[in-house]
Amino acid sequence: MAKIVGGYATSHVPAIGVAIDQAKTEEPYWQPVFAGYEWSRKWIEEVKPDVVFVVYNDHATAFSLELIPTFALGCAAEYAPADEGWGARPVPTVHGHPELAWHIAQSVILDEFDITIVNDMEVDHGLTVPLSLAFGQPHAWPCAVIPLAVNVVQYPPPTGNRCLQFGKAIRKAIESFPHDMRVVVFGTGGMSHQLQAQRAGLINPEFDQRFLDLLVNDPDAAAAIPHVDYLRDAGSEGIELVMWLVMRGALGDDVKELHRHYHVPASNTAVGHLVLEPK
Amino acid sequence: MSGNDYHDIPGTFVFDAEQSRQGYHLNMFCMSLRQAKNREAFLADEAAYLDRYPMTAEQRQAVLSRDWNEMLRLGGNIYYTSKLAATDGITFQDLAAIMTGMDRDAYREMMLAGGRPIEGNRTKGDWDNG
Repeated sequence: MAKIVGGYATSHVPAIGVAIDQAKTEEPYWQPVFAGYEWSRKWIEEVKPDVVFVVYNDHATAFSLELIPTFALGCAAEYAPADEGWGARPVPTVHGHPELAWHIAQSVILDEFDITIVNDMEVDHGLTVPLSLAFGQPHAWPCAVIPLAVNVVQYPPPTGNRCLQFGKAIRKAIESFPHDMRVVVFGTGGMSHQLQAQRAGLINPEFDQRFLDLLVNDPDAAAAIPHVDYLRDAGSEGIELVMWLVMRGALGDDVKELHRHYHVPASNTAVGHLVLEPK
Repeated sequence: MSGNDYHDIPGTFVFDAEQSRQGYHLNMFCMSLRQAKNREAFLADEAAYLDRYPMTAEQRQAVLSRDWNEMLRLGGNIYYTSKLAATDGITFQDLAAIMTGMDRDAYREMMLAGGRPIEGNRTKGDWDNG
């Protein structure tokens, strides 16, 4: 049977991707950001997942205002890295796992999570930056990837509680797949940041650290944080953190925190990173 | 929906239903700039290119004068307007700096020093009293 062997949360700041692509990771500005990912690079190499399930958001790339799915699950065989206005990132094509993805789609829909199924989609930095942080710069990604795009651009995103409950349904789906397979679930985005208007540049380490603590030890309390608290206290784009709750739900009730990293800034954003193991 | 609790957050436009309805054509214009050929056509003749999108005169003027906060006020969303900034060769961090009214070096220094603190930036009242 398929098994969830870990949870991996990380910010997905586009400038991190640029720093990797342009070999700037050793520069003084970037070195402290990347130092916090060295441990988890080794961890994921040892864990050797067959599949990573990546919860991320599209930033007006594959989806525009024409179509705004709250949860869109990628069931395709492959996904091309997108041109977001500066040319596509020089990273490998992302290969999916249609069999497992379709199994998850059927399972969660019958579990009353009415998701959108996607068979043709480009993926932006929201998905590829976490892959680069986890796996570096290989010629091909070392495992299959199942993308789950969550709307956090058009207000309102799904509630924290909905994300946590959805994560639990994803766990049930993955663990009922009748083939031996190791899966790591990624939750991406955040932490505190605001990219827009006069309040841009907002960072709130107290909010972020409290969120990390709650996510690990009291996910129901984290799931109860109302949208206005994210918008006000973590910045208008900090609301991406609801996506971490999908990952947390997929890990089961109790987890062990294996690794934590927090650094300010990467461009406009507070970088947070967690590695969790189901108990 | 002016009674929404998030309207009390200073210096912030929450991209809700009202903003999205108002900004649809403005944002879809920005979306078109994902493609290199559209970026070239826009830069070659901005006014003619904007004729393809039925936005309001105010929105059109905000685009032509690159008034980034005004675009957001009129329903633009940052992930869309940033595509116009990319077309102009402006990075996300420099775009953020422009919207705050700071020069790029001062903004970069603020971020290196830990960013804009939440204290004093939580409510519109904080700004009025500051």
